Amino acid sequence: MGIWKNYGMKRRHFMLHVATAASTLPALSFLNYLRANASTVRANQKACILMWMGGGPPTIDLFDLKPGSKNGGEFRPIDTAAPGVQICEHLPETANVFQDLSLVRCMSTREADHNRGRYYMHTSFVPNPTVTHPTFGSVVSHELSQQRSSLEIPAFVSIDGGSGDAGFLGMTHAPFVVDSSGQIRNEPSDENKRRLPGRLAMLAEIESGFIKSRRSDLPKDHLNVYRNAVNLMTSPQMAAFDASRAAPGLGLQAESPQTRELYGRNQFGQGLLMARRLVEVGVPFVEVNMGGWDLHQNIFQTLRNQRLPQLDRGIAGLVQDLKQRGMLDDVVIVWMGEFGRTPRINQNIGRDHWAASWTTMIGGGGLNNGQAIGATDADGVGLTDDSKACLSGDIWATVAYALGIPLSTQHTSKRGRPMKLANGGTPIKELI
Amino acid sequence: MGTSWRGVFQASPSYLVITSRRCPRVSLLPESGQTMHRARLLKHSTALSVVVLLSSMTGLSAEFPESTATFISRTIEQVWRDNEVEPSLRADDEEWVRRAYLDIVGRIPTVDEAESFLEDESPRKRMALVDTLLEHPDYVRNFTSIWTNLCIGRGTPRRVSRRGMEKFFREAFAKERPWNEVVVDLVTAEGHFEENGAVNYILAQTQMRDDAVQLTAKTTRLFLGIQVQCTQCHNHPFNNWKQSQFWENNSFFRQVRRIDHRRQDPNSGRLVDDYSEVVRRDFTGPVYFEKRNGLMQVAFPKFQGIEVAPDAEDRRGEFGRLLRQAADDQPPLIASAFVNRMWAHFFGYGFVRPVDDMGSHNAASHPELLERLSADYASGGYDVKQLIRWITGMRAYGLTSRFGKKNAIDAPSSGEMPLFSHAYLKSMQAEQLYDSLIVATSAHESGAAGWEAQETQRRRWMQQFVVAFDTDENDEATMFNGTIPQALMMMNSELIQKAVSAEPGSMLHNVLSRPESDNRKIHRLYLAALTRRPTRGEIKKTRQLFQSYPPGARVAAFQDLFWALLNSNEFILIH
Repeated sequence: MGIWKNYGMKRRHFMLHVATAASTLPALSFLNYLRANASTVRANQKACILMWMGGGPPTIDLFDLKPGSKNGGEFRPIDTAAPGVQICEHLPETANVFQDLSLVRCMSTREADHNRGRYYMHTSFVPNPTVTHPTFGSVVSHELSQQRSSLEIPAFVSIDGGSGDAGFLGMTHAPFVVDSSGQIRNEPSDENKRRLPGRLAMLAEIESGFIKSRRSDLPKDHLNVYRNAVNLMTSPQMAAFDASRAAPGLGLQAESPQTRELYGRNQFGQGLLMARRLVEVGVPFVEVNMGGWDLHQNIFQTLRNQRLPQLDRGIAGLVQDLKQRGMLDDVVIVWMGEFGRTPRINQNIGRDHWAASWTTMIGGGGLNNGQAIGATDADGVGLTDDSKACLSGDIWATVAYALGIPLSTQHTSKRGRPMKLANGGTPIKELI
Repeated sequence: MGTSWRGVFQASPSYLVITSRRCPRVSLLPESGQTMHRARLLKHSTALSVVVLLSSMTGLSAEFPESTATFISRTIEQVWRDNEVEPSLRADDEEWVRRAYLDIVGRIPTVDEAESFLEDESPRKRMALVDTLLEHPDYVRNFTSIWTNLCIGRGTPRRVSRRGMEKFFREAFAKERPWNEVVVDLVTAEGHFEENGAVNYILAQTQMRDDAVQLTAKTTRLFLGIQVQCTQCHNHPFNNWKQSQFWENNSFFRQVRRIDHRRQDPNSGRLVDDYSEVVRRDFTGPVYFEKRNGLMQVAFPKFQGIEVAPDAEDRRGEFGRLLRQAADDQPPLIASAFVNRMWAHFFGYGFVRPVDDMGSHNAASHPELLERLSADYASGGYDVKQLIRWITGMRAYGLTSRFGKKNAIDAPSSGEMPLFSHAYLKSMQAEQLYDSLIVATSAHESGAAGWEAQETQRRRWMQQFVVAFDTDENDEATMFNGTIPQALMMMNSELIQKAVSAEPGSMLHNVLSRPESDNRKIHRLYLAALTRRPTRGEIKKTRQLFQSYPPGARVAAFQDLFWALLNSNEFILIH
């Protein structure tokens, strides 16, 4: 059984979990163990929640409106809680919490294809055929999971979507993809849990034989993923995924109807609520996906009736809830998609892909929030000051700063090439 | 000579072999002490035409070009020497047969299939097995599911008939249709989505009213191996594609019109989806697009420099014609794109990666090999099976996936150019895993269902791994990617539960009810799951672990062993 030890939760703990699952009364020592851990967890709450807007949101209609311009569209700007910062009239609740959020209105990137944009915005690097860069959640997992020894579930969770992969950092840091319902597929039955030790002992034998046969890193990766899966499925921290479950030892309660309502009763809202619970048990990076932004047609109606009400409630709910729980200074929030959308409105009343001038949002994390950084010109087609252009790496460097990951961190690709954290990006100075 | 000659091979410096179309493979066996060589047919054929010529008698050798197979081997080996690597040893039969089954028929061999191969003593048994597998119904099933997934995705988009698409590919592979004809059928398809299954490709790629932009991008990427999505808006930053080319290509598809028919549901009285079809739209105009500087430009149907009259009645038909033509002395792109993809299918890495991003900006690992193989594939009539024979017949495909000091640098997973000096590990695709589990657990024997029923079951199971990105490109990711959800499925799912259940009719039940020693039973389970015999150490260790089970739990011990075998890295990684 040697290969299962020395990883995250110790083997002894694992056996304890298995024993606990099989009996009705948990052993006293087991509860003590959890209580002891709960305090460590709370001390390590620095985390990032990424709201990923799949498809590319029209930031010109949301966060950088151009009233009076031919590109202006149908919506009007309203004032927010942040003096001088205006956003879309259909985001009123978000406007109310804007003292804790900031806009970066000077994004200027080059990738206007979904796949390339998704890759670039998640990794800070442009796609390259010879290397797969880690998505930033994997970087955070790599940097912080070691320090969170009590974390038994993956350090990078992605809700309702894929979010790239761990690339050269290895499968251990890949996102754990779940859906916002909180149901984890294929959780073990009690019978499965009971038989796990015997099965794993046999597996260890075959697994290690194949690793020793020198074929590549994949056999080892497989083992690591299995270790994580075993840790996960036998952990009480699983309760974090399910808003209706309480885990008193971890300080988690079943969420009240009011709280659920606060976030909005839709996938995105409930995904954000799950993200908060995951952060509470110590997960340092959670991505929550909201799709449906690829609005090549009929954009204003779709925004007004479908996308914006959900988005508005979700953002405002998360900010309020984090603040109320005293977590907002430790949790940095990032809102973005793969690119923005064309200032020009096309013949189908839609906007197409546009990367040259767009907006991302960042908030919480103890940053100097309540500002709009940078600006686009009157028609939204370019930046007012090109020297201020902000790249993907600058956003992630800001996040790294908020999480306390040193900017000097380097990773080495499998080929031995050094890779700077966030592709050498610089934290946005107005925010830090 | 009156026969359509399939190939001329220079088997050695001293003789040539000419085979006819009906007789795909001939082997030459030297007999010691004799100057003459004997040709032996490995496969009987009614129209037998084999000519063995001693080149010294005919003096012909100089006139025949080096055979494809010889060229492949020579090039690959030259690259080994240039990079100072030594290839790994030949894979043993156990390793090779598992790989060949997974690659060609998409599943592991059954115990019987494995044993019959392992016991076969013929020195030519590997190529004989390739021939057998190419005639196996699972070959058709495997490549049908691969190409259906590529054309319409795993999560079938609305208004697309998966059944129709599968039927089209099933016929294409079963009838050995030349690949260029298949591609032309796909891009020119018209009609009802179940009567002409080929239209489902177009239906899947025209989910939005986007003036066939997605269809243009996907066609170029999938069938020509070139990524031009971004040239919709600007010139390609890395390859030579211009924005105007995108719209010229797009012009061919502007005559596509999809009609989504609806009908009234007799029970509810509501309108529901009926069939969809693709028809030709009357469109002869130019296509307008906006340059980055805001100027409007016009594009006419044009491909590889050849323009088609804008008033052509059937632009897609013209496109199909142009696709088949070579340009600039290069093999047609449909040939090289397919060869590169097929090579990647068998080796895990293509000459170019990603497989669908070919072009001068992305150098191939073995450019001359890619070109020659593509040219021979095209001139040989786009014969998919022949291409597979070339690839699987080469020495590199037969090597073990173990590597040593002398070829440790051949590690494409870390970004190096692949040298193909050892086999590379590949992760099973979800379909391969599902079908392999069925085979390993004999589920196919207990509840033999028809093709359609099996496909439906498998598809339902597959859905748990599909993640849609919800964009205009309709792209999706899979959660069957070696991460935790996959591990949880392997450890706890109903499928695995059933596999280790030891119900009557199951693999485990059969093994347990045989009057054999425990060692022999362990041996059988290894063979069923891993296609190999256990080592002595493994048997010893297993028996030790068995000791910790109470006397009444013998079945549980075997179940747990089988569970462990199916959950192992060795099971899931094609090696």
